Amino acid sequence: MRNLINILDLTTEEIEELIAVANDIIANPAKYSEKCRGKKLATLFFEPSTRTRLSFESAMYELGGNVIGFSAAQNSSAAKGESVADTAKTISCYADIIAMRHPKEGAPLVAAMNSTIPVINAGDGGHNHPTQTLTDLLTINREKGRFNNLTVGLCGDLKFGRTVHSLITALSRYSGIKFVLISPEELKLPSYVKKDILQKNNIEYVQTTSLEEYMPELDILYMTRVQRERFFNEEDYLRLKDSYILTMDKLATAKSDLTIMHPLPRVNEISVDIDNDPRACYFKQVLYGKFIRMALILKLLEVE
Amino acid sequence: MNIDSIKNGIVIDHITAGKSMKIYHLLGLDKLECSVALIRNVTSRKMGKKDIIKVDYDLEIDTDVLGFIDPDATINVIKDGIIVEKKSIELPEKLTNVVFCKNPRCICTTEQELPNIFTLTDREKRVYRCLYCETKAAE
Repeated sequence: MRNLINILDLTTEEIEELIAVANDIIANPAKYSEKCRGKKLATLFFEPSTRTRLSFESAMYELGGNVIGFSAAQNSSAAKGESVADTAKTISCYADIIAMRHPKEGAPLVAAMNSTIPVINAGDGGHNHPTQTLTDLLTINREKGRFNNLTVGLCGDLKFGRTVHSLITALSRYSGIKFVLISPEELKLPSYVKKDILQKNNIEYVQTTSLEEYMPELDILYMTRVQRERFFNEEDYLRLKDSYILTMDKLATAKSDLTIMHPLPRVNEISVDIDNDPRACYFKQVLYGKFIRMALILKLLEVE
Repeated sequence: MNIDSIKNGIVIDHITAGKSMKIYHLLGLDKLECSVALIRNVTSRKMGKKDIIKVDYDLEIDTDVLGFIDPDATINVIKDGIIVEKKSIELPEKLTNVVFCKNPRCICTTEQELPNIFTLTDREKRVYRCLYCETKAAE
C-alpha cells in the first residue's frame, strides 16, 4: 500500500507518469468517469480549506466514487481529544483512501502509520503539501511543455511557504533550472533549503528584494501569500503582508509567454486586473489540481 | 589516580573528552546502585584526552543512545576480570525516545503518547531529523 506524505515519496518517473495520466484525463474524461465506482474517499480536514478539499472531492466524484469526511476539527472526535492514530484506524473501516489536512506537522504521517488504507497528505501545517506541488508541476507541464531550462521567480513568503519549498525540491531534480528568490529580508528562503537542496544539487539561484529587477528573465513567476496563520505575532504579519503586489505596471518588462502562478487563496498580492491577462495561469492551476488529484487517487487505489 | 579494576561489568572507553557526563545521564547510569566510575580527561595516545566510564555490573547498554552521543566510543565487556567482548559503536539509523522534538508545530509535541522518533538523514554530518516534522535534533 502506498501513501503520499512528501513529494519525495514519488520518483521523477512516477511524477511524470501521474502527469501523463492527468493529461489523458483532460483529453478523455469519459474514459475515467466510472473508474472508482463503489470506492470512497474520506476527506479529513482538521483545518479550513476551500480549494484542496473541494478539489479532492470533485476529483473523486468525477472518477465515479463517493466522498465522506469532515471539514473542521470541531466537527470530528478530535474535539473530544481523539488521537490522529485512532481517527485513522477508525476511518480505515469506512473508506478506501484518506486525504488529510492537519495543522500539526507530521499528522498525516502518523495517520499513514496507523491506517490500513492509503493516506494522502493534503497539507500539514507549514510542512508539506505534495498535491499542491503535483498541481504546480502539471501546470508547468501544460503551460511550458518542459521542466528543464526554466528561470523560475518565487515571490513573497519564501520562509513559511511550504508550496515554495516543495516546488524547489521537485524542480531541483531537473537540469537548467534557475531560481530567482524574491522576498523581504524577514521572509527569505530558510538556509537549510538553500544548503540541502539548491547548493547540494548545484542549482543556480539569486536572492533579491526587488520584484522588478529580474522580471525580464522569468519564464515562470510563482506568487505567494504572506500567511497570517504561520505567524505567532500579529504585528509581524501586518508589517509584511503587503510586501509584494503584482500589478500590470510591474509586468511591463516581462516576457510575453510568462506563466504567472499562485497556489491561492490570493489576498491582494496579484492585482485583479491581471486575471484577464493571458499570462495569468492561477485559475487554470486550480483546474489542473483536480486532474492531478484524479490521477493520484487512481494510482494509490491501484485502479487500472 | 587509582580506580579499582572491575570483575564483572562494562567499560565504556574512548569517550570524547567532556561527553561522559551526558552519557552517564542518558544511559541512566545515575540510577544504578553498583559502583560506577566516571573518569574524565584521561591521557590518550590516540585521542589526546578521553573520558572513561566503568560500571561494576553486567549491564546491557543501549548502543543507539551511545552511538548518537559518541559513535567513536567502545564498550568492553568484562567477565571474571578479563575482557570477553569488545563492541564498537555505530551511528544508529533511528532513535526512539532518546531526543525529543522541540517544534511546537509538530504532532508529537501535541499528542504526547506518540514516540519521539528521529532518523539519521546525513551520516557524514551526523544529522538526525524528527520523523514527523523533519526538524533537526538539537545537539
